[in-house]
Amino acid sequence: MSEELLEIKNLKKFFPVKSGFFFKAKDHVHAVDGVSLSVKPGHTLGLVGESGCGKTTTGKTILKLIEPTDGQIFFQGENITGYTRPKMKKVRRQMQMIFQDPFSSLNPRHTIGSILASPLEIHGLADDKNMEDKITGLLKKVGLSSEAMRRYPHEFSGGQRQRIGIARALALYPELIIADEPVSALDVSIQAQIINLMKDLQEELGLAYIIIAHDLSIISHISDEVAVMYLGKIVEKALSADFYAEPLHPYSKALISAVPVPDPEFKKKRVILKGDVPSPINPPSGCRFHPRCPYRFEPCDKQEPSLKPIGKENRFVACHLKF
Amino acid sequence: MVPPKDTLLSIKNLRTYFNVKEGLAKAVDGVSYNINNGETLGLVGESGCGKTVSALSILKLLDIPPAEFHSGQILFKDQDLLQMTEQELNSIRGRLISMIFQEPMTSLNPVLSIGFQIDEVMINHLSINAKEARDRTIELLNMVGIPLPQKRAKEYPHQLSGGMRQRIMIALAVACDPELLIADEPTTALDVTIQAQILDIMLSLQETFNTSILLITHDLGVIAETADRVAVMYAGKIVEEADVKTIFQNPLHPYTRGLLNSVPKINKIDSANRLHEIPGMVPNLCYLPEGCSFFNRCPVRKKICQSGKPKLLNIENNHNVRCWIVQDSV
Repeated sequence: MSEELLEIKNLKKFFPVKSGFFFKAKDHVHAVDGVSLSVKPGHTLGLVGESGCGKTTTGKTILKLIEPTDGQIFFQGENITGYTRPKMKKVRRQMQMIFQDPFSSLNPRHTIGSILASPLEIHGLADDKNMEDKITGLLKKVGLSSEAMRRYPHEFSGGQRQRIGIARALALYPELIIADEPVSALDVSIQAQIINLMKDLQEELGLAYIIIAHDLSIISHISDEVAVMYLGKIVEKALSADFYAEPLHPYSKALISAVPVPDPEFKKKRVILKGDVPSPINPPSGCRFHPRCPYRFEPCDKQEPSLKPIGKENRFVACHLKF
Repeated sequence: MVPPKDTLLSIKNLRTYFNVKEGLAKAVDGVSYNINNGETLGLVGESGCGKTVSALSILKLLDIPPAEFHSGQILFKDQDLLQMTEQELNSIRGRLISMIFQEPMTSLNPVLSIGFQIDEVMINHLSINAKEARDRTIELLNMVGIPLPQKRAKEYPHQLSGGMRQRIMIALAVACDPELLIADEPTTALDVTIQAQILDIMLSLQETFNTSILLITHDLGVIAETADRVAVMYAGKIVEEADVKTIFQNPLHPYTRGLLNSVPKINKIDSANRLHEIPGMVPNLCYLPEGCSFFNRCPVRKKICQSGKPKLLNIENNHNVRCWIVQDSV
């Protein structure tokens, strides 16, 4: 177990739905419902799924930006689940986050210099003398010039702002970076720049990434392992190469077949799913995917399938079908 | 020149400019394209390249000022839409040409029921009564795959998911059997499985009604799967135009090549290699470089590229490219 950098076991996060006169919690949104994952140092895990499947909540819960309802989080073998804020501060030095929206995740009233200085100040990693050198170094790492320091976020384009977001996450030299949709707000030509930058930094600094995304083609390019989420649960987990060669879970199959391929000659069998993702307040009984599943049979609406190892090493699928 | 008979829409040398603080932004700068009957033209480009403005210009949905139609013609069935009065345009908007907007969340009226909004278009344009309109609304909702259409017609936009709302937008757009459907990033805000459903609906409607579609998107995958012809825009100009196979198999403009290489392909995973990147970023429309607008980012630039703006020239049959280097080598 100690070889894992991060391990989460049976993580759950329920949000209360309040209504009525006294705002009593009547129901719960089962945002994350028993998720187990692990990441090795220097590796990349891609967490994919559609909007509302709980992938962002999983990311935030790992950093304890949201308190988990149940489950355990181990970081470098240490159980950090019950850590208080001061204790968590030390752990967060090792775990940082890159946010989805480069337009709202930088404070518009602060210069880039002060945005990058604050993590260093908080953790006492730089003083007045070497602060400027450190910030220049960070900016250089993400391909920006040092004069960016004195400018404000609105003076930068989306791609440049995402570089600043990456520089901020790198400031403390963390072991793990959780990137929540790091490129989905960017233009195609800029996406490639950011993905390449993230890969280069990983090689240089030995970072581990958890990349949360809905874009399966981006994940295919960058991750070693893939986990597919549906309604708060992991339905399939595999090495990237195995997963893209042959997705096993019916939901993964549909997800991959729905990705448009930029090649007009490429003909494929498309599995078109019916309907929308059901509400996570009252998730369907049995397998949560059964109302939309083209292969459902007898036990699917009664019994919930568990995530079982299948065939190859490191491959897990939660489905009643035999593979 | 009279356009060939089967041309439905023909945009000629359109220039739509915006007067902004920094100066004159040439959002659409001499764009020409044709859309034939029953054809899908894909318009690709990154944000700020003028693809949406060129589409909004067709229906004159821009505020004047700051927008200004500097020159050009938009011929729809040989009539110039730019010369029409507001009243004449209203008889075309939603009737002969309709539009699906990018944001299904904000383009429906939140205080009117879905049924009312669809009924309204048909009552205005088709001279039918409320009862007939409602029957047809329910038929339309059924067609775009909304379960329990009778019940849904009485609901309000906030009660529906994003995918459902986009389907309502499609029902609204095709209510009067338009001849041209302008779809501006119709699936960008949606998940991939829902995107597949929506594209499927659009294509099957096209087959049924022989509608022409102008599909605006930045997603090359969507283009490859739906378009017949493709026009690539950069900084207010079309830089390459060809049929869909040619664009993907034999792209000539360095920008098109760069775009195609910068997307990871799910059918050919090659994670060991770096993605191809186009250096730099889209230039500010008020301060375009001299000569070719792509000059600063171009990997094959030469001295000639700064000598003047290249023209869009036909390289081989119906394959037009705006590049000095390509034109030089032919």
